[in-house]
Amino acid sequence: MKIKIKYFGMLTEVTNCEAEIIDFSGVLISDLLEMLFIKYSDLKDKKFRVAQNNELVSVNTKITSKEIVLLPPFSGG
Amino acid sequence: MFKMDRYNRHIILSEIGHKGQKKLSKSKVLVVGAGGLGCPLLQYLAAAGIGTLGIIDYDIVELSNLQRQILFGTSSLGKNKANEAKAKLQDLNQTINIIAYPVQLTFQNAIELFDQFDIIVDGTDNFETRYLINDACVITNKPLVFGAIYKFQGQVAVFNYNNGPSYRCAFPDKPKTGEVPNCSEVGVLGVLPGIIGTMMANELLKIVLGIGNILSGEIRYYDALSNLNQIIKIQRNETVIESVILNKNDFQNQKMNNICSSEVIEVSIEEFLNRPNIQFIDVRERHEQPKIINFNVIEIPLSVLENQLDLINRDEEKAVFCQSGIRSKTAVTILKKHQIKNCYSIKEGASEIIGYINKSNKNAIYE
Repeated sequence: MKIKIKYFGMLTEVTNCEAEIIDFSGVLISDLLEMLFIKYSDLKDKKFRVAQNNELVSVNTKITSKEIVLLPPFSGG
Repeated sequence: MFKMDRYNRHIILSEIGHKGQKKLSKSKVLVVGAGGLGCPLLQYLAAAGIGTLGIIDYDIVELSNLQRQILFGTSSLGKNKANEAKAKLQDLNQTINIIAYPVQLTFQNAIELFDQFDIIVDGTDNFETRYLINDACVITNKPLVFGAIYKFQGQVAVFNYNNGPSYRCAFPDKPKTGEVPNCSEVGVLGVLPGIIGTMMANELLKIVLGIGNILSGEIRYYDALSNLNQIIKIQRNETVIESVILNKNDFQNQKMNNICSSEVIEVSIEEFLNRPNIQFIDVRERHEQPKIINFNVIEIPLSVLENQLDLINRDEEKAVFCQSGIRSKTAVTILKKHQIKNCYSIKEGASEIIGYINKSNKNAIYE
């Protein structure tokens, strides 16, 4: 299935894009992350949370949405 | 009445009226950080007639602040931000009580200070203080209006409001030093903290007035380039909140780590011992003892540092140390001047560092 992934903040500096559509055959958010960590090895060192259907979810959550968002914390002020 | 004239545009709104304006004048709000976020939000809070406005910031106004910290002018340079903000805001509204705290917020003073206010606003620029503020709000049971920025993007949220989630429910653990960069290290579009700070002021006024929907249980992400807004729901995590409350008695015994607002970031050696790809730089003169050998250390005395910059690995993180943690700060300032990034000053001296290395069994050999 095709999933749109959106990246915020400093994550875009690792992925070099703000959003992309990828082909994905896994079940859980953790499966998706595993795939992204292979594609972007530096992503592993970044702090972020994952949201689907506009809600933060744990990595053990089943993917039900066609859009997943990766959200890092910001510290600047 | 003079005072009524001032707030006329509030009072003629049926959602606010005299009753709402009175709520504003009775409210006590503490703003932590009078920087990019603090400046615009303080202006709106003072103008709106928040009765008691506390401002805590120990930093001084620097030239590079003026691009976005719009309360300040050229005459503010070198002055404390809290005091300077108070002076400007008091001119804007002399009828409110403004209290400036030109000190650093710490684990020791946070609880007592927060107890004197109704709502806390986080306009700081580092995770160390952000997590401190969140935990102190959980402990004192105060709502927290939160805002944070990165380059062209911002986050706004209200935490700890009516049993809603806290910041830790979204991001449970404080990132390690250097894991997420601060504003002093990256650029930021000057108007962005203005937009985010004004959104924070809006949330705060709604809380006091009891109108509208509050951004509680949600974080709003905003992108100034694409105009994208994304509101993400977050759930309250009881385990996370309980563990903050359980550690309440230990709260005041904690120590602050690396605060970034001054140019040089001071870090404890403990943070670096188990991290890969760190270049340790000893900036003591060659004769100084004790030496640390068989540990990834290069020796570049402070006196010749500027002539030997080519020895420094530009890609790795650099931890600079000396005999007491003073020269290392000077060294980091020099490195920053030469556009060498990711440099931290170790606050412990060489002898203490050896103690930590011994403790963590790094097999270092000393002379």
